[in-house]
Amino acid sequence: MKRLIKRYSFFLYALLAAVAITALNREIGFKTFALAGASFKQMLAVLPPIMLLLGLMDVWIPREKMIKYMGDNSGLIGIFLAILIGSIAAGPMYAAFPFTAVLLRKGVKFSNIITFMGAWCVTKIPTVMFELAALGYRFTFVRLLINIPGIIIMGLMVQWLLKEEQLREIYSSAEGME
Amino acid sequence: MTTYLLYGGTLFLFAISYIKDKEKTKIALKKGWKSFENVMPQFLGIIFIIGLMLAVLKPEVISSLIGGNSGFLGVAASAVVGSITMMPTFVAFPVADMLLKNGAGYPQIAALVSTLTMVGVVTFTMETKYIGKRAALYRNLLAFLYAFIVAFIIGKAMGVGA
Repeated sequence: MKRLIKRYSFFLYALLAAVAITALNREIGFKTFALAGASFKQMLAVLPPIMLLLGLMDVWIPREKMIKYMGDNSGLIGIFLAILIGSIAAGPMYAAFPFTAVLLRKGVKFSNIITFMGAWCVTKIPTVMFELAALGYRFTFVRLLINIPGIIIMGLMVQWLLKEEQLREIYSSAEGME
Repeated sequence: MTTYLLYGGTLFLFAISYIKDKEKTKIALKKGWKSFENVMPQFLGIIFIIGLMLAVLKPEVISSLIGGNSGFLGVAASAVVGSITMMPTFVAFPVADMLLKNGAGYPQIAALVSTLTMVGVVTFTMETKYIGKRAALYRNLLAFLYAFIVAFIIGKAMGVGA
């Protein structure tokens, strides 16, 4: 119980703060709770199945295969796959984080992981649909045209900026994480 | 729609997995639950912070900051707002559209959308747990800077005939 409280202390403080704000300003407080509730609902709509699929992927896809197709020598195929997996994803950015842990454990090249995270943010198909509807095809098309090379370059740059031992540390800490 | 597809697809794959290998499926279930539970402590706190932010930051406030004539400063302001706020995409795009109709400029909106989706200050600590402080910092920083390039090019592209 004590461990649980400690683990969720950030949440409990945030909840207390929201309650305090509601006492001070009803309107802002209620709106905060309504918005938090909406976020929670949105999370429930996508996160549980995504995490379960992640578990399946972890169990069924062998490391050797992942290294071959997305590892250090995977070249263009690795980049293509990183963008593809990111694009068919659903869910907000934070849902991508547990994926990175599995990709790290499976020996995927770091630049491909960053590109995957980028794709998750900008080329995700459900999101692009929303964007088309809200902002029009011209805006969406131009943005994709700039963003696709952008996420590839960002992946390569982040990897390039990190030292060999820093990369090793990231990979080994992912080993200990479920 | 996406939700039904996701839940249905997951159920289907788990059924296949279960037929093929009971043990592996149990491990997958456990691993899935663990990664879900791992996200929760931070997630539950973050949604209140985001809720509060959105409750305080009204669209009119944002709109006045990033009007069509606000230029580079407006783009910078949008990028900062986009970085610290986090919105579900189904909220972000309609909001962007509303801001445009209220007089915000295209480059500013491009910077806002770019950073809203790619840069996460509130989720930063969560991100460092997975890819480390340094990599998370570089990724967010590069995405932040890249938003300016996107803003510039979108501004050029939408300026013609838009």
